[in-house]
Amino acid sequence: MNINRRQALGLSAGAVAFAATGFSALPALASAEDADKRIADFAGGKTPEAGKLTLTAPEIAENGNTVPISVSVDSAMEGDDVVEEVMILAEGNPNPDVATFRFSEASGTAAATTRMRLAKTQNVIAVARMKDGTTYIDKKEVKVTIGGCGG
Amino acid sequence: MRHSLAIVGLGMMVAALQMPLTAQADPVDDALVIDDIEMVTRTKAPEGHPLDEVRSGWLYREAETRELEADSFQNPGMLYVEQGADIWNRVEGPEGKSCASCHNDAAETMKGVGANYPKWDADAKRPINIELQVDKCRVENMGLEAYKFDAAEQKALTTYIKNQSLGEPVKLDLSQGELQSWWDQGKELYYTRTGQLNFACASCHEANSGQYIRADHLSQGQANGFPVYRLKQADMVSLHNRFRGCIRDTRAETPKAFSDELMALEVYVTWRGTGLSVETPSVRQ
Amino acid sequence: MATPKPRVKLPKTASAGEVVTIKTLISHTMESGQRKDSDGKVIPRQIINKFSCEFNGAPVFSCDIEPAISANPYFEFSAKVKESGTFKFTWVDDDGSVYEDEQTIEVK
Repeated sequence: MNINRRQALGLSAGAVAFAATGFSALPALASAEDADKRIADFAGGKTPEAGKLTLTAPEIAENGNTVPISVSVDSAMEGDDVVEEVMILAEGNPNPDVATFRFSEASGTAAATTRMRLAKTQNVIAVARMKDGTTYIDKKEVKVTIGGCGG
Repeated sequence: MRHSLAIVGLGMMVAALQMPLTAQADPVDDALVIDDIEMVTRTKAPEGHPLDEVRSGWLYREAETRELEADSFQNPGMLYVEQGADIWNRVEGPEGKSCASCHNDAAETMKGVGANYPKWDADAKRPINIELQVDKCRVENMGLEAYKFDAAEQKALTTYIKNQSLGEPVKLDLSQGELQSWWDQGKELYYTRTGQLNFACASCHEANSGQYIRADHLSQGQANGFPVYRLKQADMVSLHNRFRGCIRDTRAETPKAFSDELMALEVYVTWRGTGLSVETPSVRQ
Repeated sequence: MATPKPRVKLPKTASAGEVVTIKTLISHTMESGQRKDSDGKVIPRQIINKFSCEFNGAPVFSCDIEPAISANPYFEFSAKVKESGTFKFTWVDDDGSVYEDEQTIEVK
């Protein structure tokens, strides 16, 4: 029987409960509902639209402790077309908050990169709010697996 | 909770290595260039080596991890190189000396040095690695105590010294003193199955190199990138720390850092990476 | 680890109106407050909770940071430079410490 890599990862992901991230001691994880509430507050009750905002994250994280993520919003960053904030959430972490980036016209472009912790396989969510109050959303699932070696 | 998970995990590891399967994935065919220096990540194995080609663990990592090592600004290991530079230049101890008092600019005096350790220590009549060489200097020349194993400063200074040899090919001179007989002992250990899981180093890093052990892509277990910035710890991890971690995972008694067993293993494992570039600080999962 | 030490990378020169990339890294364990030590006691949270970048006194980019940001926090972003001047970077620690760095850029 041949098992390709994707299938093997799927098998092991089924057995994954926690990766040994900085979060391993906390039992209760945030629910998707907590993340939804943050989004509603951030968006002022409106439903964020898809498009304009791109969240880039690896499909599979080699280790949940250090996962690179980038956000980028298609915006001129001048006049009325300015991105004010981009909020990052992780809906499966003990607390869904990750970071909020605040941009200005002096940013030139609305793009930023950082590295984050993920307690398990979950959705990472980015929400952008423009100067005129319009909001955009993007979401990526990142698989976090336990390594073989004390992972 | 963590304990029971570990048992489940190791049980699966046994299953994985006893069944002739798991997922095979070739290492990537990619070039590692750090600060315009091209690293040797694949090279013909030296005479007497069991493999045809020796390969850096970098080739077995995911794209994001590879990129992190390739960018010497983003690589968090470089924070420890900078810390090591401060230690190098800092006067410490009753003799009023710093490393730089005798060795001047490390960029000149330490270039290539990290690629040729372990060496033979004629005084101690055993192999000496960078950490022990630093300790020797501290005790004999600076009037200080040896570092406690894996002290933050020991890791930073070792990382800094090894980084001065970035890109230099690993090459040991086994004709020094009795180094060859330590190599023999190291080889013996490398192939000896140990622990409740009955694994030898070679079980994972030779017989199953390139396979997956659960989600971990098994490399050849090379020493050329140590100390490494390991994403799991988000910190520098020394070679002897990793040796101990590997041996612990086989559920065997773990020898002490810098013990005869682990020094012999360091000599042999380092030799297995002959010709690979020093990549310190490499980035691994 | 020793006192957190920032690293910042940006070009030394730019043309007027150019958008430049800025990379920042600082050594910090970012203790999440959700780990326990070997005695089972919770290790208190200590993170960098805010990062900001100003150019000639005006805000360029800032970030509110939670414990989900990895140890040795890394931020990469951009700035549109219209004139020569000084970037000021500030990291704020939970314990009240402030770590700073400054870099100049020349517009040609």
